[in-house]
Amino acid sequence: MDFNLTEQQKMMQKLFREVAQNEVKENAADVDESERFPKENVEVMRQAKMLGIPYSREYGGAGADYLSYILAVEELSKTCATTGVVLSAHTSLGTWPIAQFGTDAQKQKYLPDLCTGKKLAAFGLTEPNAGTDAAGQQTTAVLKGDHYVLNGTKIFITNAGEADVYIIFAMTDKSKGTHGISAFIVEKGMPGFTFGLHEKKLGIRGSATSELIFNNVEIPVENLLGKEGQGFKIAMQTLDGGRIGIAAQALGIAQGAIDEVVPYVKARKQFGRPISKFQNTQFQLADMQCKTDAARMLVYRAAMAKENGEPYTVLAAEAKLFAAEVAMEVTTKAIQLMGGYGYTRDLPVERMFRDAKITEIYEGTSEVQRMVISGAVLR
Amino acid sequence: MKIVVLVKQVPDSTEITVDKNTGTLVRDGVPSIINPDDLAGLEAALQLKDANPDIKISVVSMGPPQAKGMLQETIARGADDAYLITDRRLGGADTCATSRTLAAALKKIGFDLIIAGRQAIDGDTAQVGPQTAERLGLPQITYVDEIIDVTPEKITVKKSLEEEEQILTSTMPCVLTTLSGMNNPRYMNCNDIVDSFDKPVHIMTFDDLDLDLSVVGLAGSPTKVHATFTKDVSAETKTYDMPAQEAAELIAHTLKEKQLITK
Repeated sequence: MDFNLTEQQKMMQKLFREVAQNEVKENAADVDESERFPKENVEVMRQAKMLGIPYSREYGGAGADYLSYILAVEELSKTCATTGVVLSAHTSLGTWPIAQFGTDAQKQKYLPDLCTGKKLAAFGLTEPNAGTDAAGQQTTAVLKGDHYVLNGTKIFITNAGEADVYIIFAMTDKSKGTHGISAFIVEKGMPGFTFGLHEKKLGIRGSATSELIFNNVEIPVENLLGKEGQGFKIAMQTLDGGRIGIAAQALGIAQGAIDEVVPYVKARKQFGRPISKFQNTQFQLADMQCKTDAARMLVYRAAMAKENGEPYTVLAAEAKLFAAEVAMEVTTKAIQLMGGYGYTRDLPVERMFRDAKITEIYEGTSEVQRMVISGAVLR
Repeated sequence: MKIVVLVKQVPDSTEITVDKNTGTLVRDGVPSIINPDDLAGLEAALQLKDANPDIKISVVSMGPPQAKGMLQETIARGADDAYLITDRRLGGADTCATSRTLAAALKKIGFDLIIAGRQAIDGDTAQVGPQTAERLGLPQITYVDEIIDVTPEKITVKKSLEEEEQILTSTMPCVLTTLSGMNNPRYMNCNDIVDSFDKPVHIMTFDDLDLDLSVVGLAGSPTKVHATFTKDVSAETKTYDMPAQEAAELIAHTLKEKQLITK
């Protein structure tokens, strides 16, 4: 067992840290306050070739390992969780299904633009009446000659509007339940594909979260991803990987909050000395760092299992459940340690606190993760 | 054309604290960085390579074995290969012994243009670049702020002095020393990081240099440090009359330039 990053992973981490601290951090408050998609951060990631980290060079990726990609989400999320999820949704949810289940032609057509960051990707599974119960899909795709006709609505879709390529799930045979769901590659601009309500959210406010509306959208048969009826399997496997990305986002938020608190408690004086000299501060920080490090171990373990081709469904669920709850706990304590100042929008910890909450909800709520984990424990 | 960039690994001066009892620098746990003037020199070389992909860039450093990681990073930024001159027998070198060692190595490595940073933030001597040029019998232009034009025969640069700028032309090969403010060094990128591990960091030792043991390392260093102390601070002050926004930018820029802040 080796808990050390390789030299290559360390160099990657250094790059991501420089990008996050030098470029992403300075506009994080503005991205939140004005609820705007951080296009400039996407451009920086494009230049640093961060948008296809775990994919092969053949398709325009960096050809690096999965943990390197996870390190990128962690470092970005330390300063801006919105930017962290832009990368995670693009890499894990939008691009991965094509890399994993796509035909050669689909890979050739879509991956180079996605891996080089020329285009962004997104994933549409959730519907107004199909959240955790993803099998309740009401979007339908009906085969007519050389194309499917797609009708329905998706909600809460990350990168909506900003992405050019969408992995969309729809019922092709309602009688078969989950085995009647199929996956499609849908492009922005296809006639009948429009964007609806833009969600106003508690946190990750710069992340584009919108409704996707499909009104008789004609999808060429060559855009069917995998086979008919494989959609549910594709969605679940994709979410297993996505959860490691969200776990890394939660981890980054937690560490980012600690990184903000430390200089504050050293500088803030009460009763004639820095509050870092008080045992309460010390013990709180000890717990915060300890739990964050434990989350880090779970996140990295899940990433390495995925990299090594080992089963990672349960490991990803554990990582996401734990890291998300640690992120909530740590950001709550961070505000408490910073008192009234921490509660203001002049300092970033209140934003981190708001951002942390989503990690307990999207890509499978904490309750869903408990179902996955307990299922394995009780098997 | 082959450009050799000389770089030094230095402690990040923004992270250094001073031991209150001994008055010496606390170096434990201080991260190492590529010396900023040297990094600007590398970026200048990379920009020339952007315009002319036939240019080959080799990065050379003299230092302890751990400097290999820094050289790997220069490859991840776009250099073609790197050389680390490392040997206990070369340790304790002052600028005189260092430039002699570098010159001997450069003769082996070959070059059409040598770029060195003006000075290192840990020593601030600004001597190694010029001395290396002298030992190789090459023309030199120091304090370079911009490379205007370069051909195999000659190079034209802008040299920045406190009160003036000079446009100078030199025959090639020559030695330039560069200023950190001349450009914004690019980030590494993920693809080049992956590729950098396939490109070599060559290790050179004393045995590769055709030098006498008496002229390198501590033995070859006439500089003797008797004592170090902190000078009384009598700050030089300048008065500016400008709008608050511009003044704030000037202060931030100046502090950043002096490595007092990083962000």
